[in-house]
Amino acid sequence: MIRINCPYCGERDHSEFSYGGDATINYPSLDASEKEWTEAIFFRKNIKGFQFETWHHSNGCRMWLVVERSTVTHEIKSVKPCHPNLQKVVENNK
Amino acid sequence: MKTRRLDNYGKINRDKILSFSWDKKNYKGFEGDTLASALLANNIGIVGRSFKYHRPRGIFSSGVEESGALVTIGSKDRRDPNVRATTQELYNGLEASGQNAFPNVNFDLAGINNYLGRFFAAGFYYKTFMGIPPLEWGKGTAIWMFFEKFIRKAAGMGSASGLPDPDTYEHAHDFCDLIVVGSGPAGVAAALEAAEKKLDVILVEQDSLIGGNQLAENDFDNSQIKNQLENLGIKIMTRTTAFGLYDNCVVGLLERVTDHLSAPNVNIPRQRFWTIRAKHIIVGAGAIERHIAFNNNDIPGVMTVNASKHYLNRYGVLTGKRIVIATNNDSVYETAHQLSEAGANVTVLDSRTNFEIETNKSFEIRKGYVPYNINGSKKIDSLDISKNETINKSETINCDQVLLSGGWSPAVHLLSHRGVKPKWDYNNACFLPSDTKENITMVGSSRGLWNKNDCIASGIAGTTDALNRLGISKTNYFFPKPGGWKNPIQPLYEVKYKKSRSKSFVDYQHDVTTDDVRLAHREGFISVEHLKRYTTLGMANDQGKMGNIIGLSLMAELLNKEIPEVGTTVFRPPYTPVSIGALSGRNVGKHFRPLRVTPMHQWNIDHGAKMIEVGLYQRPWYYPKENETLSDSYIREASTVRKTVGICDVTSLGKIAIQGPDSTEFLNRIYSNDFSKLQVGKARYGIMLRDDGIVMDDGTSWRLAENEYFMTTSTGEAAKVMSWLEELLQTRWTDLNVNVTSVSEQWAGVSVAGPKSREVLNNCVDDSLVVTNNNLPFMGVTSTFLKGNIPCRIARISFSGELAFEVYVKSDFANTMMDLLWANAKKYDGCLYGLEALGALRVEKGHVTAAELDGRVTIDDAGLSKMASTKKSYIGSAMRKRGVLKNNDREILVGFFPTNLKETFNAGTIVCEKNNIKGQGIGRITSVTYSPELGHWIGLGFVKGGLDKWKDTNLVGADPVRNKQMNLKVVSPHMIDPKGERMYA
Repeated sequence: MIRINCPYCGERDHSEFSYGGDATINYPSLDASEKEWTEAIFFRKNIKGFQFETWHHSNGCRMWLVVERSTVTHEIKSVKPCHPNLQKVVENNK
Repeated sequence: MKTRRLDNYGKINRDKILSFSWDKKNYKGFEGDTLASALLANNIGIVGRSFKYHRPRGIFSSGVEESGALVTIGSKDRRDPNVRATTQELYNGLEASGQNAFPNVNFDLAGINNYLGRFFAAGFYYKTFMGIPPLEWGKGTAIWMFFEKFIRKAAGMGSASGLPDPDTYEHAHDFCDLIVVGSGPAGVAAALEAAEKKLDVILVEQDSLIGGNQLAENDFDNSQIKNQLENLGIKIMTRTTAFGLYDNCVVGLLERVTDHLSAPNVNIPRQRFWTIRAKHIIVGAGAIERHIAFNNNDIPGVMTVNASKHYLNRYGVLTGKRIVIATNNDSVYETAHQLSEAGANVTVLDSRTNFEIETNKSFEIRKGYVPYNINGSKKIDSLDISKNETINKSETINCDQVLLSGGWSPAVHLLSHRGVKPKWDYNNACFLPSDTKENITMVGSSRGLWNKNDCIASGIAGTTDALNRLGISKTNYFFPKPGGWKNPIQPLYEVKYKKSRSKSFVDYQHDVTTDDVRLAHREGFISVEHLKRYTTLGMANDQGKMGNIIGLSLMAELLNKEIPEVGTTVFRPPYTPVSIGALSGRNVGKHFRPLRVTPMHQWNIDHGAKMIEVGLYQRPWYYPKENETLSDSYIREASTVRKTVGICDVTSLGKIAIQGPDSTEFLNRIYSNDFSKLQVGKARYGIMLRDDGIVMDDGTSWRLAENEYFMTTSTGEAAKVMSWLEELLQTRWTDLNVNVTSVSEQWAGVSVAGPKSREVLNNCVDDSLVVTNNNLPFMGVTSTFLKGNIPCRIARISFSGELAFEVYVKSDFANTMMDLLWANAKKYDGCLYGLEALGALRVEKGHVTAAELDGRVTIDDAGLSKMASTKKSYIGSAMRKRGVLKNNDREILVGFFPTNLKETFNAGTIVCEKNNIKGQGIGRITSVTYSPELGHWIGLGFVKGGLDKWKDTNLVGADPVRNKQMNLKVVSPHMIDPKGERMYA
């Protein structure tokens, strides 16, 4: 079981969370072209090692998180809120 | 029959006699016995028949590695098959029986398989019945499928009861700093050391008693250890197996709570499935003694040496009178001594020639000798032995028992669960655990330490390692070197005697012989993973605990390689079997998944509702009067709505509060239609697309105030939409000042629909002016009060196509609202209507739901192109016309009538052109109903090209599942009141 250290709730089982996806995608503006959207939606890297991914603490505080996780060992290096303002709050409270 | 129980041996409680039955005959044992020890004490040698050849099998071991004595415990709905007799504690009234035998294990008709053995080599069934020439009778798979059920029956284990499990199981959770697996000297030392260093410790032991292999010592008493552990506050969990290690130091445990009790207590679970989250794991799981492969090495009476020691010293059972011990290592001599002291005539065959051992000469040692064949069938008559250098007929020893020790295999299974490959140790002829970066430390004989002092030292070192890794200390430590015997072990896996046709077993449980391994090699299955799957070596209960190393050594020899080059298969959880009951815990029957009910659930039932599951929700399905059937009822309900008025619980819809200065901008981005100009006090129907342009969900959003909206979603998509909105606000549009809150549970909602709905509401609201056509026009929204000062929100929204309102109150007022509305609806001959009538009304009207919006449909497919704004960009706008989504022959929403209006059809019917009834046709019917308004069956669905293409064509509905076919015509999906005059009334 992966244990994720939610910045708001503390360390919890991964079963409390829902997996989101690649956290490094820059979604294009809504009026961007079909091509740009195709890139953003359908093309993904298949990383061996650490990757940034989003997780939703859906059975917890409902925060969307960026988790830096190894796809090989499940080791987690960092967990941060996705929202920059929430990130700042967490940093300030450290 | 003479008992084998000795008076002065064993730690069983002789004051407490237990009676039990074996194959329907009654026997006696003592408290503290296992089923195996009680059977042995009663001189019962044959306890099972082997998997494939139906050879008689006895008890091989005294623990979890048992692969011969697999028996069925209990009867009727409490029948538990494939239980190891060696781990089943005896209780009064225990019923046990042999399995895989007819009529019984002593006389089994299928024993004939033993003589046909040469036909049953590895892969026999597949090769023969899967249609390899020359036996290719027709298509391979069909033949196999025909014969499979007979084969499965012939080769097999016990069978499940097939009845519902009467017991309860529980899931439990715990946390600790350190979990120690195994209570042998190493585990106990580790636990004590850790507790003294103030760690919070759990000690897990699969046996009923703590002590590990010390329980086989004649002078071992665990009471002092137990006190010590308890005084330090260590949580001791006996009868609990750590069956698997998982990420982040999570350990799965199975606690057998009542499996040792005669009368299960209904107030406690049979088993508990524990999830332990530790900071560090210490595994002192011990080592497992191996057997040696030679001819007929499976005859009842063959056992490991250590097992015999357990039976003698723990259970007071002398397992043989004339015992031959065959070994290649030092570990057997203490046992040999004790067995001979207990009255057995003992001979030790040691394959080694050059070694020194101190004994009191109470038994004979034959240096350089090995066994090569056992004579006997249901019991051992004698043993053929030979000098180890060349196996030749030399000598036969009369005996009734053969004890084997081919060396010891550290139990590295748990570490293997974490993907850590063990490394081969030549000196000790075994796999040893490798190091891992994870917080797991192996101690004791599971790291290849063979004497007690080394084990204790390793336990303490293990805890120091844990403290260092947890950052609590920085202390140097070292582990003792693997080994610990005076004389080195000499590898001995198989004694090959070529002149005999007899079978030499590698894996007892699956009847895998040395010849099967050779056959696998000849046929090219030389990788260990292939070897395992081809021969089934190390599969099922055994999981390679006893036979794996022998199989690997044989393959290594055939390949002219060393064992480490051949490798080993990966052990996976569970270490020992876990019952399905324990896995499911309390999540069975009605607790299989969460149940959601609306606040007026009981009110609905009290008013005659039959309920139906929609997702997790229970919703009213229909409200039958007297003897009405479902269809009588919904047709009456739907007609009443069209004629007068009906009330329907719609609380299960998702409800989301959207607040903040950028709320309007937010809605405008997520909905395909324009929300920028929606006035306060108005609602709008909206469609959300996914990023890829497919429809995600639909619903309404009500503008309650300048910066506040109330959104409804479909019942099934509520959770998904909520997560989606949060994702957008927290990850993509972090500059928007919007807050979303799920308020689904906070509001109870009803739909009041029908031409008389306004009159009904008029009587229910405090101020009747609020619901007039002027004050509350179509899609109008108002916050007002129901009579009795109940705050409510009312929107004039119609799903049925009639004049209709949705009324929401806080959940606590749900019943009051229902009483009020119902009392007034009755005055107009109104009705309560359920989901079936709701469905009929919306199909008539051509409104789509989840049946149509199934994740493949675009906004254009659903006939809602006018809902896609061309004046703005929104989620999915770039992608909704990409590639295949813009093809002209996409399936478009249409209505269907049967050509012969007396005919019926079902959802799932495939729509085809006449004379071309095949495959996926040109469309499908997704929803059907009897239309009370039109007086015949109608359907909604999709057809390639839509209404324009097929308007005047006769099509065919094919329903192969129900063996039905009917002629269809395509109509507009808006089958009644296409202009919506009733809604606007």
